[in-house]
Amino acid sequence: MALRQGRGYAAVNYPTGMNLGGDPSQALVHATTMGGFVVTLSSVDLGQGLRTVIAQCAAETLGLPIENIIVDTADTDTGPHCMGTFASRGTHRVGNAVIMAAREARDVMLQVAADELEVDAEDLETDGTGFIRLKGSSEKKIHVSDVALAAHFRQGRTISGRGIFLKEPSTPVPETGEMDPDSCQAHACTVAEVEVDDETGVIEVLRLYNTYEIGRALNPAIATQQVEGGAWMGLSHALFESTEPYYPHSREHGPVDFTEYLMPGPADIPAQTSLFLERPAADGPFGAKGIGEMTANAPIPAIANAVYDAVGVRLTSMPFTPEKVLRGLDELRAGRAG
Amino acid sequence: MPSRIVTLKLNGAERELIARPSTTLLDALRETFGLTGAKRGCAQGGCGSCTVLLDGRPVVSCLIPVVTVDGSTVDTIEGLADGDRLDDVQQAFVDHFATQCGFCTPGMIMSATALLDRKPDPTRQEVTEAICGNVCRCTGYEPIITAVLAAAEHRRGVPLASAEAEV
Repeated sequence: MALRQGRGYAAVNYPTGMNLGGDPSQALVHATTMGGFVVTLSSVDLGQGLRTVIAQCAAETLGLPIENIIVDTADTDTGPHCMGTFASRGTHRVGNAVIMAAREARDVMLQVAADELEVDAEDLETDGTGFIRLKGSSEKKIHVSDVALAAHFRQGRTISGRGIFLKEPSTPVPETGEMDPDSCQAHACTVAEVEVDDETGVIEVLRLYNTYEIGRALNPAIATQQVEGGAWMGLSHALFESTEPYYPHSREHGPVDFTEYLMPGPADIPAQTSLFLERPAADGPFGAKGIGEMTANAPIPAIANAVYDAVGVRLTSMPFTPEKVLRGLDELRAGRAG
Repeated sequence: MPSRIVTLKLNGAERELIARPSTTLLDALRETFGLTGAKRGCAQGGCGSCTVLLDGRPVVSCLIPVVTVDGSTVDTIEGLADGDRLDDVQQAFVDHFATQCGFCTPGMIMSATALLDRKPDPTRQEVTEAICGNVCRCTGYEPIITAVLAAAEHRRGVPLASAEAEV
């Protein structure tokens, strides 16, 4: 009886967005009197970092500091339409809509600035610190807060913009089944290193190596967090999470709360190393693809393959419990004996 | 049993409430005092999202009838920051991306605070044990462990990552 180590890998291709009757999201951008820019959305940030990434997209497009951006995701009753936060679509769909809206608002902002400075709007540029400057001049400039005040109280204009990203509906070609269900696809590979106790059947995941091709990582820190938090969830699916053996009667007898439903705790996590390959997507906001759901996928088959490498047991259903490992080992021994 | 008047030293201030026997400390914090930082996750002590400090010890406030802790000192996540200035554990959580959806964060930070108040130089293993009663579904725990260790370093005189960024 021994601890046996194994290594396995698995790859995943994952679509960004979906297309059951079209997949739109909208955004509105408008300036406050103080030169803040409100991005109004119905899209929801439930912790994935959408507000941060959207603020980055708006700031980059407007040419303003990110502190000038106010992301308002308050109300799906009154906000511009969004299909929702699912299908790994938020950054891609909403980002595109926000960039479109911010471009329109930027054009108005530059026109207001041009009228204040008495120059041509095409000769203006933003410097990223809050000033709008005449190209090639260090003195001819106006701060965005003054532009906003001028628009509101002197020129009588709204500095605003409208944006939408619409993936049009696509239906399958009857003869071939061919269709266009998504916008772009992200790719990833995870290598898992495990240790399997062939006496108890317990699997420990020692290390995970994650490589992700996600277009451009708009916020590498958040993207890394998504990859590694998602890998944790994949590991959790692989080794622990189940309503068995009570399904479908789990409400009466099975794990219905956190004290009975198994998940890896902080002592059960593997060391992780994560890398991004950046190949900007043609239709992505600044080249980004979706990275939401795919992150839980590759670790599971990678762990299964690593277990096979370690002890020769081929696991085909989750979770990979000690019982399944031991039954597999028994079958192997019986096969050898027979 | 009749309701009783309960006095708490809550985040440094003397506070009173009228509590039924079944009123939990978590109920008192959220419903009576409007302190909604501590979250009601499982309501049976299994998730840690309601963690607060009771006389300096981390407890799951959903399991404690508030009438049983009359006269105690209670510290919640709301008591950590000085106005808009986050305390070192909170700031370390921000610096190291130790929060995503945020539901577990107040409990995590209070468990970490209890650890660091008791032991400013914890090992990784001790950090892990301190937060093992707090469930996180987003982060995979590693950033949280990193943040707590960074806050511990800060208490030993090493600046937080954000402090360098501000200079």
